[in-house]
Amino acid sequence: MGRRLILTGNDAAAEAMRQIDPDVVAAFPITPQTELMHKFAQHVADGDVKAEFVLVESEHSAMSATVGAAAAGARAMTATSANGLALMWEIVYIAASSRLPIVMPVVNRALSGPINIHCDHSDTMGCRDSGWLQIYSENAQEVYDNVLQAIRIAEHPDVLLPVMVTFDGFILSHTAEILEGLEDPVVRKWVGDYESKYTLLNTDEPVTYGPLDLQDYYFEHKRQQIEAMRNAPKVVRDVGKAYGEISGRSYDLLEAYELEGATRVIVALGSTAGTAKAVVDEMRAAGEAVGLLKIRCFRPFPEAEIAEKLSRAKAVAVLDRSVSFGAPGGPVHKEIKAALYGTGCDIGLVNYIYGLGGRDVSMDHIRQAFTDLTTIAREGTPSDGVRFLGLRD
Amino acid sequence: MKERAWTEIPIGGVIEDAGNAHSYETGSWRTYRPIWNEETCIHCLRCWVACPDSSILLEDGKLTGIDYEHCKGCGICAFECPVDPKAIEMKLETDVSER
Repeated sequence: MGRRLILTGNDAAAEAMRQIDPDVVAAFPITPQTELMHKFAQHVADGDVKAEFVLVESEHSAMSATVGAAAAGARAMTATSANGLALMWEIVYIAASSRLPIVMPVVNRALSGPINIHCDHSDTMGCRDSGWLQIYSENAQEVYDNVLQAIRIAEHPDVLLPVMVTFDGFILSHTAEILEGLEDPVVRKWVGDYESKYTLLNTDEPVTYGPLDLQDYYFEHKRQQIEAMRNAPKVVRDVGKAYGEISGRSYDLLEAYELEGATRVIVALGSTAGTAKAVVDEMRAAGEAVGLLKIRCFRPFPEAEIAEKLSRAKAVAVLDRSVSFGAPGGPVHKEIKAALYGTGCDIGLVNYIYGLGGRDVSMDHIRQAFTDLTTIAREGTPSDGVRFLGLRD
Repeated sequence: MKERAWTEIPIGGVIEDAGNAHSYETGSWRTYRPIWNEETCIHCLRCWVACPDSSILLEDGKLTGIDYEHCKGCGICAFECPVDPKAIEMKLETDVSER
């Protein structure tokens, strides 16, 4: 049986990292770094882990050191948030293209400016094309579970890609919740020993990482990354199922909540899915056919599964906690729209941009979206397809 | 060299064969070509020491020529050559008709 814990999202991620005990953790120790690394540093100071903990001078260096360690064959982790992720940018791509299975919790916070430190998804949505897997968490339990699963997903030979486990800044990162943790030996067995395919430190079989790759082979290497992403959904699902066997909590790419018979559906990711579930429960109790589709795995985007789950809905509202400036809707909305294209479904679709810079999203906001969907179910996709939830007009 | 398909190469751009830069021709980048003069060369090997590639070819401690497949024409060998007239001269590739 597991251990009952009271932890914030940050504590939950740090607890998972303590149990994983990676070979190397490199991190920038100052803001925008969160308490997550503070907690992990405490584990290092207390001698709870054997990990080599490298404090670096910037987030760019944090990712660089993590990449170096991973190329040397180590199980390497880091963590970041918001502008820290932005500063890592170029090395984030290099980690993915070098096929290094780094796991990085990311606390979702707004990208300044004007200066803001609160929750939205502009940081991770900005690097949705970087070649990392992205798994979004609804609560502290999922933060813990997702970090543990991410190790197995990233290191799977069919994947070998880095994974971001994201969770909402402050809403999850700084809020204490009750969750269940696994025993240390169970986690040790779950993650196992990591043996990298290549290691820079093996002088008997020397390899070169990150060489010049021009017109003749760069394209082929990108195609390999695409293939690894295509392999990932099965691995995410298999790992989610296997995790269920040791924890009692199984995971899939998506979570369908009360979708049976639902004509009005909200699509959300992150902590807002929890808020939406409360509204769905309340409205279902009042006899309304509403449901929620939670996207857990945003990269790779489970296109076919989403189209199938939404196929019986009459009206769908997609909630986006970030903006894709100049684009026809938020990032989640655009991809849902693309997923539905050509499926022959007749769904009224609306996009809500919400919660930017930590603007609170309440049950009232979700109720309002469901109310709007009643009209949209009748009249089809509205001309103002992109709306704003919780904005002062 | 036969160009291979994406399914046939190591992932991540990793190079598995140590020293395989040897089989990749980089000499085509050159603007100036070092021309070695066997008559005036005293085989002091300063050029060999100074070459940032490994394009000065030796046999039994004596120069035998220059590896034009890899020499990028930086001119350090000619600069370091101590004899007068120099045993290595840099000439514009466009002025040297044969390769």
